[in-house]
Amino acid sequence: MTGWIIEAENLRKTFAWTPVLQDVSCQIGAGEIVSIFGPNGAGKTTFLRLLATLLQPSGGTLRLFGHSPTDAATRRRLGFLGHDSFLYPDLTAEENLTFYGQAYQLKNAQARIDAILTEVGLQQWRKTPVRIFSRGMEQRLSLARALLHDPELLLFDEPYTGLDTRGVATLQTVLATAKERGKTVVLTTHDFALGLEISSKAFILHRGRIIWESTGHVPPAQEFGELYHSRTQSPGSQTLDPRP
Amino acid sequence: MWALLWKDVLLELRTKERLSSLFVLALLIILVFVFALGPEQARRPEIGAGVLWVTLLFAGMLSLQRGFLIEQERGCLFGLLLTPIDAGTLFIAKFLGNVLFLTIVEAIVTPITLLLLGSSWSPLLLLLAAVELLGIIGFSALGTLFAAIAVRTRAREVLLPVMLLPLLVPLLMASVKVTSALLAGEAWPEAWLRVLLAFDVIFVVTGWLIFGQVMQE
Amino acid sequence: MKRFAPFADDVLPWLTCAGMLAALAMIFLYAPSEQQQGASQRIFYFHLPIALSTYLAFFTVAGASASYLLQGDRFSDLLAQAAAEVGMVFCTLVIITGSLWARPIWGVWWTWDPRLTMVVILWTIYAAYLLLRMFAGDTEQTARYAAVLGIVGVLDIPILHVATRLWRGIHPKVEKMAPEMMWTLLVCLGAFLFFFCWLLWLRLRSLSQQDEVAALRREMLASL
Repeated sequence: MTGWIIEAENLRKTFAWTPVLQDVSCQIGAGEIVSIFGPNGAGKTTFLRLLATLLQPSGGTLRLFGHSPTDAATRRRLGFLGHDSFLYPDLTAEENLTFYGQAYQLKNAQARIDAILTEVGLQQWRKTPVRIFSRGMEQRLSLARALLHDPELLLFDEPYTGLDTRGVATLQTVLATAKERGKTVVLTTHDFALGLEISSKAFILHRGRIIWESTGHVPPAQEFGELYHSRTQSPGSQTLDPRP
Repeated sequence: MWALLWKDVLLELRTKERLSSLFVLALLIILVFVFALGPEQARRPEIGAGVLWVTLLFAGMLSLQRGFLIEQERGCLFGLLLTPIDAGTLFIAKFLGNVLFLTIVEAIVTPITLLLLGSSWSPLLLLLAAVELLGIIGFSALGTLFAAIAVRTRAREVLLPVMLLPLLVPLLMASVKVTSALLAGEAWPEAWLRVLLAFDVIFVVTGWLIFGQVMQE
Repeated sequence: MKRFAPFADDVLPWLTCAGMLAALAMIFLYAPSEQQQGASQRIFYFHLPIALSTYLAFFTVAGASASYLLQGDRFSDLLAQAAAEVGMVFCTLVIITGSLWARPIWGVWWTWDPRLTMVVILWTIYAAYLLLRMFAGDTEQTARYAAVLGIVGVLDIPILHVATRLWRGIHPKVEKMAPEMMWTLLVCLGAFLFFFCWLLWLRLRSLSQQDEVAALRREMLASL
């Protein structure tokens, strides 16, 4: 049992028998805030879902908190926020959270639900069915769902998309608090500035492989932007150039 | 697990779409049979038993699909997989939900069927209910498993009956034989009962064990 | 899989041909006519081996399915698919030969006796399996779903067997067979076993080659 929160070795994932992720290896320790960048289709969402145990790897090994990802206890310690909200539209905000509270076997669920609803600013909407919510509100409630059981590992897949201004502010606060309390965060995003601002580590994922990993501190946004664009040019666009 | 079951019940109470459509469909199918076969034919116990079970099968398919469609919206199934709840428990919860909804519908439809079709039938209602429950259990066990599969593929409305019906044949045979014996006031067909029980036990256990494989991605 | 190739490609076709020729010879020249049924009884020599092959195919599907669920390898998946397709063909043949046999003997094209009923249901399970693969696309998840169907199917067979028996019962009993008939039957069994394996191999190889082509195409596109 090592001290790493996430330990991936030669992780591989195939969809329809074609590889979507290959040779992905990384180690993430407690308290780190990691940003993963990459063009669309690079495999960021797949990677994050693998970390969240929503997908099973086709090859390689993954360990979370030093244990196998299939342990039920491991799932209790992580929270995931993605494009889908995982909320039942016909139930109210409160009912959704109550259900997840029971699923995570929370003690003092009611108090916790009250607190988290206030934190995301949805207190007055607690008795409203989620179907009526706007996209921004639903994403905020999804954030509440992800944080409800106070997980040690937060996995956010492009969390800034779909959030309204209120939500973005809430997310920033959440991330800052998480950092303070020593939680581990892995997020994928297209926004260099926002991501790099809070991160202690960054990766670039391209065509299913990690093509760059930060060492020491993360670079400032502009420098990173140049690095990113040079690394993610597809090699073909250069070799097929007809000009001498 | 009870939280899961309660959540499904709550959802149903909110929308009421599953029970209402089940009920109406079941009634319609029975009527269609009566019109197709003729009331004199339908009065015979074997026919009546057959009608009852065919209705259950087809109306039941609808219920099974709804049970998983609610998890498809907003990716809720992934939400469930995120929680510490294990796949076996998820199966039992969905299975029990299906049994519950079908039992409720059967409880209403059966007396109506008895009324419409059989004047000379004298089944012991409690025994009839027990037999129906056994059939519903077998149906729900395999049904929950394959509905979970069908819902995540194209042409799900076609695929579920195609996969489920051949496997349910022994259940259908057994249920109809036992029910018709009950309706005709005949002796208890022990052999068929054993088939029914065996079916239930084997497939509830199989479903519980193998559901995890279906949930993996 | 490469290990089997030399045997399968070179030896198996010859074994099959030889076996079939021997079988045909024995059926028509060697085996005596049966008293009650006359010449049409000879269909039995085809019917029974084909029926057994159908069950063999089904158990192969189940075995390959279990293997896939445990290991997740493409070979198990392809084996299950190939076995299901070959099994479907054989199942259709059982029904046809059974029907051809029934007509002169019983005077009807079809009857609801337990074994025939069982075969029809088996046919529908095969059909369900192949439809599932068709509709769900060629992905690992489909492979898993199909594997589940395969395993549940095989678990259903004993129950189906008991149920169809209880339901009806008039299949021709295989009475005492003259030794010549026994030998003919055995040769036919062997011949059809080779035939089954050969068909299975052909289909498996074809599926595996499709995979290779797809992989090559991907590599080509990626290097552009």
